[in-house]
Amino acid sequence: MVDRSSPPTRPPLSAASLTLRLAAIAVVVGAVAGAFAYVNGTFDPQRLTPKKLINVLETNNGVHPGFRRNHAKGVCVIGHFESSGEARSYSTAQVFNEARTPVVGRFALPAGSPYAPDGAVPIRSLALRFTQENGQQWRTGMNSMPVFPVGTPEAFYQFQQALSPLPATGKPDPGAVPAFFGSHPEAAPFLAWVKTAKPSASYVTETYNSVNAFYLVNATGQKQAVRWNMVPQAKDAPGATAPEGSDFLEKDLVQRITAGPLRWQLMITLADPGDPVNDASKPWPEGRKVVNAGTLVLESTQPQLDGECRDINYDPLVLPAGIEGSDDPLLAARSAGYANSYLRRTSEVSQLPAAKQEAQQ
Amino acid sequence: MSTQPNHFAPLARLLHWLMALMIIAMLFIGAGMVASVSQRHEWLIHLHKPLGVAILLLAIVRLGVRFSTRQPPLPADLPVWQALAAKASHVLLYALMLVLPLLGWAMISASGEPVMLSSSLQLPSIVPADAQMFAFLRKAHGYLAYLMFLTVLLHLAAALFHGWVRRDDVLDSMLRGKDRG
Repeated sequence: MVDRSSPPTRPPLSAASLTLRLAAIAVVVGAVAGAFAYVNGTFDPQRLTPKKLINVLETNNGVHPGFRRNHAKGVCVIGHFESSGEARSYSTAQVFNEARTPVVGRFALPAGSPYAPDGAVPIRSLALRFTQENGQQWRTGMNSMPVFPVGTPEAFYQFQQALSPLPATGKPDPGAVPAFFGSHPEAAPFLAWVKTAKPSASYVTETYNSVNAFYLVNATGQKQAVRWNMVPQAKDAPGATAPEGSDFLEKDLVQRITAGPLRWQLMITLADPGDPVNDASKPWPEGRKVVNAGTLVLESTQPQLDGECRDINYDPLVLPAGIEGSDDPLLAARSAGYANSYLRRTSEVSQLPAAKQEAQQ
Repeated sequence: MSTQPNHFAPLARLLHWLMALMIIAMLFIGAGMVASVSQRHEWLIHLHKPLGVAILLLAIVRLGVRFSTRQPPLPADLPVWQALAAKASHVLLYALMLVLPLLGWAMISASGEPVMLSSSLQLPSIVPADAQMFAFLRKAHGYLAYLMFLTVLLHLAAALFHGWVRRDDVLDSMLRGKDRG
C-alpha cells in the first residue's frame, strides 16, 4: 500500500455550497453522458440507423436465424480472376496487375427468405471476394439490374416500409408501393427496366452490375470514376424461360460448372466528367469508354450452409489500395447495414444445422 | 529525507491528458459510427482503427511510465471504500485501454477482413477467421466500450469531487507539477 499523505486542514463547506458543488459535478458528468446519448442516437428516434434498416427487412421477410437478412438464398462459388492488364493504368490494385487472383463468391436471390422460390424476383446477384497476394481484399456485391430503384438509404428504407405487412391484415397496404413510386420519380429508370425483366433460368447467363460508382486510383494518384459489369460468356438459348419449381438456379449452376469452368468478362465503364457518381438510380449515358479488365473464372460450387462464402460479409467498401468508394450514400449505408446483419447472423451460426433440416423437409 | 511526491511525473500527466482526449474521442466515434448509415459511418471507421492502435501503443508506454515513476499517495483521511474504488477503477481503466483495441483488432481478424489502418497499411490477423468467434468478440467490444464510458464518467465525477468537495490534492496532482503553496 502507498502511504497516505497527511490530511490538509480545510474549513468545512456550508450546506448550500456543498449542494452547489455536487450539482456542478452532476452537470458536468450529465453533459458528457448527454453528448454521448446524442451521438448514439438516443435523442433522435427519427435517425435512420443500421439497426432500423435490418429491422425492417426482418419485419418484411421474417427472421431466419443464421441467414443473411437479404439475399438470403444462395450458393458459394470458388474460382479466380485473370487480369488482362488493361485496367493497370487506371488502378494500382494488385488484382489488375497480377496474372491471377483467387476468388470466393456467392450467387444469390435478392429476397429475404432463404426458401423463396427462384422465380420470386427477376433479379439475381453475384458477390465476390478477391484476395490479393499482398493480403488486401476487394469485396463487391453486384446485381443483375442496371440501376438501383432509389438513390438514398432513406428512400430505400421508405420503400421497405411500403412493403411491410400491416398489423391489421398481415399483408402490405396494396396502395403503399404505387404511392411510394409516385413520390419517387428517380425510380423511373429502374421501373422501365423491371417491366421487361423476367426471372432468368440460370445464374450463369446474367450480367452483374456494380450499380454503385467507385474510383480507380492509379500510381500518379489520378482518380477515375467507374462502374463495372461482369458480362457472361454463356448466353441464353433463344426463348429460354425459367423452368417450373422453386430451386432450379442452384441445380443449373452445379450442372453447368461440373461440365467446365464458367467465365465472365469484367468490363469497367469509365465515367465522363459530369456523369452522376453519387446516385445509383441514374444510368450513365451510352458511349462511355469501357475497359476489359480480365476474366472471372468460376470452377466449383459449395453449399451456402457450410461453404466458404457463408462467413463472408460482402461489404462493398472492403477495397484494396487502388480502388476507393465514391460519395454514393448507398455505399456507406450498405456497409453499415451489412455489418449489422453480419453480427446478427454470426451470432446465430449454431442455429443453422436446424435450418438445414428444415430446408430438407 | 525521501518523501512522497505530491503530483504525477510530467510524462505521466502528458500521457494522461493526451489519452483522455483520445479515449473520449474514441468512445464517441464508436457510438456514432454504429448508429449511422451515412458517410459519417465510413469516415468514423477510418478514424477508429488507427486511433485504437495508437491508444494501445500509448497504453503500453503509459504502463511503463506508471511502474517506473512514483505516484502521489491518496489522502490519508480518504474512506477505505473510496480508496479501494479508486484503485479498482484505475486497474479497470488500464485493463480496458489494452483490451478494447485488442478486441477490435481480434474481431476484424475473426471476420476474415484484412485489418487495414489506412488504404495500404495492414496489420496481421491475430485470430483465425471464425464467425462465432467474431460475434463474441464484436459483442464484447461493444459492451466493454460502454463499461469504459461509465468508468470514465465515474473517474471524472470522482476527480471533481476531490477538487471541488473534498478540496484535497488529488485533482491538483494531475493538473499541475508544482505543489500548492
